Amino acid sequence: MRVVIAEDLALLRDGLIRLLEAFQFEVVEAVDNGPSLLRALTAHRPDVAVVDVRLPPTFTDEGLRAALEARKEIPGLPVLVLSQHVEQLYARELLSDSSGGIGYLLKDRVSDVSQFVDAVRRVAAGGTALDPDVVAQLLTRRAREEPLQALTPREREVLELMAEGRSNAAIAAKLFITEKAISKHTNNIFGKLNLPPSEDDNRRVLAVITYLNA
Amino acid sequence: MIDHDEGPAPGGLISRWFVSGVRGLVQVVLAFAAGLPLFILSVVSFALILVGVGVFLLPPVLRALRTLADQQRAWAAEWSGVRIPAPYRPDPRPSGNPFRGLARLLGDPATWRDVLWSLLNVPVGLLLGLLPAAMVVYGVEGMLVAPWIGGVADYGWGPFWTLDDWGFVGIAGSVVLGALLVVIGLPLGPRILNAHALFNRSLLSPTRAALERRVQELTATRSETVDASAAELRRIERDLHDGAQARLVALSMNIGLAEELMKHDPEAAQRLLAEAREASGTALTELRDLVRGIHPPVLAERGLDGGVRALALSLPLPVDVTIELAGRPEAPVESAAYFAVAEMLANVAKHSGAQRAWIDVHHSGGALKMIIGDDGTGGADPAAGSGMRGIERRLAAFDGTMVVTSPPGGPTVVTMELPCALSSPRTLPSSGTD
Repeated sequence: MRVVIAEDLALLRDGLIRLLEAFQFEVVEAVDNGPSLLRALTAHRPDVAVVDVRLPPTFTDEGLRAALEARKEIPGLPVLVLSQHVEQLYARELLSDSSGGIGYLLKDRVSDVSQFVDAVRRVAAGGTALDPDVVAQLLTRRAREEPLQALTPREREVLELMAEGRSNAAIAAKLFITEKAISKHTNNIFGKLNLPPSEDDNRRVLAVITYLNA
Repeated sequence: MIDHDEGPAPGGLISRWFVSGVRGLVQVVLAFAAGLPLFILSVVSFALILVGVGVFLLPPVLRALRTLADQQRAWAAEWSGVRIPAPYRPDPRPSGNPFRGLARLLGDPATWRDVLWSLLNVPVGLLLGLLPAAMVVYGVEGMLVAPWIGGVADYGWGPFWTLDDWGFVGIAGSVVLGALLVVIGLPLGPRILNAHALFNRSLLSPTRAALERRVQELTATRSETVDASAAELRRIERDLHDGAQARLVALSMNIGLAEELMKHDPEAAQRLLAEAREASGTALTELRDLVRGIHPPVLAERGLDGGVRALALSLPLPVDVTIELAGRPEAPVESAAYFAVAEMLANVAKHSGAQRAWIDVHHSGGALKMIIGDDGTGGADPAAGSGMRGIERRLAAFDGTMVVTSPPGGPTVVTMELPCALSSPRTLPSSGTD
């Protein structure tokens, strides 16, 4: 799987390259600023890009903007955005075209290597990987609303994991219950939130996120 | 004339004179068309306070007068290089009570000086405004017209009246004196305009008493700001010392121990490493919260616009956000504005019981205006909460003001103003990385 990396701190950039190469990713280019990122993304059209939000030359949200720009040119280009802090505002912008293939994680999450690699693969496959912090923020904002209050604690747990972008199988493994039980929970959740049911994992995740983001 | 910079109007002698002549005439027109009517209106409205109408009439009249005076201040700087600082006390838009607003206006000595100026400027503005143009025009007349018309019509110029009675002496005299008037008048024109600016400064700039009061105000807000920032630094030091720093120490101890155990007890080593990773995660979370409290990254990246939108998104109730900013204020002002909005929104979420809230941020009249409202239960008292008091202090450091209207039963509307200029819209480079 071909990856483009954008990270301006050499230490972290090398770490990411080493980590991804250890899991059989092919790092086709690693850049350290916004303009080169945009160029690298459009030139290589990688299977997935791992991008730091804050990059030179402005040290603002250069990376995020370059990623969004590239996705305008190459719709659905899978991008996993990493940052020292997560903002719902940015999550919204990333998810706005609702075509999937988007990840948005705190940099800390890289330390859980297997989870991180799983997230990269999921995004590359057109799925979603949202940081638990983002999901928590989304839920806080809607906490007072009827449909969310109607969920049981277990259903809420499943909803959170689903919003993070996990498949039924992954949620089942995480909560130590059967996949069948999970799909019962998801059906209940979709019923209570009044969302159209779907068998496809990715589409289901997007539906949940769109609901929470509204 | 200590405030004189270099002659502001470029070009040669004649073009400088021409510009000053035109400007002088503009001043004359303004003195009669705006100054005099406003003077009369303010006197009349003041008298009408007795019958009540004046209470509503006077404030807009006085504000119009301020606008005129501000125009004079701007021109004095632009045309003559004479800086006239605005003397007015900070004026939070009076919301609700018209008497309080009027009392505030009338209690400001600058208001009375404005009124006095609008009267005195009629004769002074007329004289100093006409002089630059009149001297030269009259001089030219003496030089060119007098010799031709002298013998033909019943005509005189200057002291030679009529020219017929003076004969050749009259014609020669008017040519010489006219030329002299032109020679003196051309360079004098801009200076007369400057004299008018100096006259304006004598009435439109802050009085000594006002300056002294201002110094007191600044001293007070400065020491409050210094105290607050020292306390803030102590808090940050303590947070770092007891939080992230301590965790990093524990972390490196765990890693060192794991290194030792690797050979004999790999399982224990693995447990320690897992613990270490967890500790590093906690340390990072603490650092993140700390950074957010010092200068939120989203503010650095997106400015006030993005910062306020991010705040609104984090609230557990729907918030309508309207932001119209053509640029970014200075970083310290931006930060004060952000934290003020953050505190107010936190209050809305915590205390108001509101179902909806709204924020309006825009820049007008040389100030950043932030208005936050909710449909909650009201009864918010800025004197009671330490949070609101802190915001007032933070805003005061930039001459900002805060007005809270929160009747029992709601709704609550908080209006905050921060005098500032906006820089052109560009992303400000900041150091550090993400």
